[in-house]
Amino acid sequence: MQAYWKQNLKYLTILLIVWFTVSFGAGILFVNQLNLIKIGGFKLGFWFAQQGAIYTFVILILVYIRLMNKLDKKYGFQEENNL
Amino acid sequence: MSIQMWTWVLVGVTFSLYIGIAIWSRAGSTKEFYVAGGGVSPLANGLATAADWMSAASFISMAGIISFEGYDGSVYLMGWTGGYVLLALLLAPYLRKFGKFTVPDFIGDRYYSNMARSVAVFCALLVSFTYVAGQMQGVGIVFSRFLEVDITTGVIIGMVIVLFYAVLGGMKGITYTQVAQYCVLIFAFMVPAIFISIQMTGHFIPQLGFGSTDGNGIYLLDKLDGLHKDLGFSSYTTGSKSKLDVFCITAALMVGTAGLPHVIVRFFTVKKVADARKSAGWALLFIAILYTTAPAISVFSRTNLIETVSDKKYADMPKWFKKWETTGLITFIDKNQDQVIQYVANKELNELEVNRDIMVLANPEIASLPNWVVALVAAGGLAAALSTAAGLLLVISSSVAHDLIKRMVNPRISEKGELIAARAAAVVAVCVAGYFGINPPGFVAAVVALAFGLAASSFFPAIVLGVFYNKMNKQGAISGMIIGILLMLFYMTKFKFGWWFGGSKEDWWFGISPEGFGSIAMMANFIVSIIVSKFTPDPPKEVQEIVENIRIPSGAGAAHNH
Repeated sequence: MQAYWKQNLKYLTILLIVWFTVSFGAGILFVNQLNLIKIGGFKLGFWFAQQGAIYTFVILILVYIRLMNKLDKKYGFQEENNL
Repeated sequence: MSIQMWTWVLVGVTFSLYIGIAIWSRAGSTKEFYVAGGGVSPLANGLATAADWMSAASFISMAGIISFEGYDGSVYLMGWTGGYVLLALLLAPYLRKFGKFTVPDFIGDRYYSNMARSVAVFCALLVSFTYVAGQMQGVGIVFSRFLEVDITTGVIIGMVIVLFYAVLGGMKGITYTQVAQYCVLIFAFMVPAIFISIQMTGHFIPQLGFGSTDGNGIYLLDKLDGLHKDLGFSSYTTGSKSKLDVFCITAALMVGTAGLPHVIVRFFTVKKVADARKSAGWALLFIAILYTTAPAISVFSRTNLIETVSDKKYADMPKWFKKWETTGLITFIDKNQDQVIQYVANKELNELEVNRDIMVLANPEIASLPNWVVALVAAGGLAAALSTAAGLLLVISSSVAHDLIKRMVNPRISEKGELIAARAAAVVAVCVAGYFGINPPGFVAAVVALAFGLAASSFFPAIVLGVFYNKMNKQGAISGMIIGILLMLFYMTKFKFGWWFGGSKEDWWFGISPEGFGSIAMMANFIVSIIVSKFTPDPPKEVQEIVENIRIPSGAGAAHNH
């Protein structure tokens, strides 16, 4: 139980660091620096703020679902579908 | 067929669909009424959450706001999607495991206090009412613009439909109508976007289209930046708000999203904890489809608009221009009497005012798309407004019937009695919302954006601390919530309504706008909660055990009625 919770908190910390980096980091704090780089018609900072951050959010949740399902299984917390 | 005929047909078909679903999925018990019986599949719940979440503001206004604000509009894109990461990681699984019906349920039980419950009910009602009034107004706007009935009739038609399926179906009816409404609204949003993307850039994926070149090989965004520069507007891709304010607004919207009661309750409707996580993933995926398309629409329509009107003869304006002029959403005053439209940033010289809602509503007409596409946008806007309104009404009715009557006033009320109370509360709530939809008080528009600040400053810290800090006690949580929401209300009324001596932009604390202040109030809530809890007794052992228990995903069972 303690180990399960610790591992969960570790996952949360890592995922939230990524969450913060792509949105508040790339999209806001360092947007001007990233805007110097251009990919196609997009300035990179602008792209993160209006596109990239959102894609990353979706991926983050998908990764979280996978990690937690694995963790549940390891500790025997997973449940069958027919409750 | 004319646009109006098409609109009547599409609105008629979609409305009958919603009513049909409502009749098919009537709620028979309080459990079905509050949480759809707790047996919704993660996919269906994800679709329903997406529709629940995407309101008239997301569908009608957001692309328009971004269109006028450029980079500054990113706060909505990141804020309203990033919140789902918080929701999925920090709230949804644990609240599902806890397994009650409402958010005040969690607060009241976790903090073993009816005082905490009352504060939560008050916050839930405040947030939901401000929000729902905006939705009914959206319904009225769509009806009046597209079907040329007056706003009052439009709102009443909308009220009757929502009343019908929310009151009859409860959460069960709402869930399955929302699934249908998501399909309608996303189709209505994507079709014009794809058409226009092909027209302007040759790309059929709008997300790629707005980063590529127009017919002359110039990048669309560069061209738009250039047009903005020529007309004196601030650059589209860099914006003009201060970094700190952008940061705070984004944070407030994210945390507020995660704290909105009508979104949180959706996660009570699935079978188990793993499903709650999964449906948060589906929900964000479905939301992301619209949210990544919106900024593309903003760029397309902004470019189109400027190229159509700027320095062109008024007499040569296309038909849509005249049509929207009659609704007052476009106004042209020929200040220098040269019959030519000057659309510039300089307020003295500018002759054209364009309402931001037009960017989505008139977008298909501006791009001269077929009539059925124009009509589709009306049906989509209605789906977006109705689905959100229904979700909010459910929160209001369950807060009143369950949290207020059942848990506090009359605990011995029968299941049947509670169900009647819930339905009666929904009827009253629809009427109040309808009244504000017809007679919109000036503050609605301002307050809808601030509902996020209120949710951020009240619920979010109380729930997160409730799950992640098992020593958090009732004294801490209650004082935190009260300080948080009062601080937010104070700042909002001071700078939006001019109470407490008012103040202008220069007086904002650290230059933070009222929209962004939710993140400061939230921090205050966290700090007060933790400090107070250090000086007051630990929560009872049973409560600490509850906290241990909600951290384990297995054995959630169905949401139960105490």
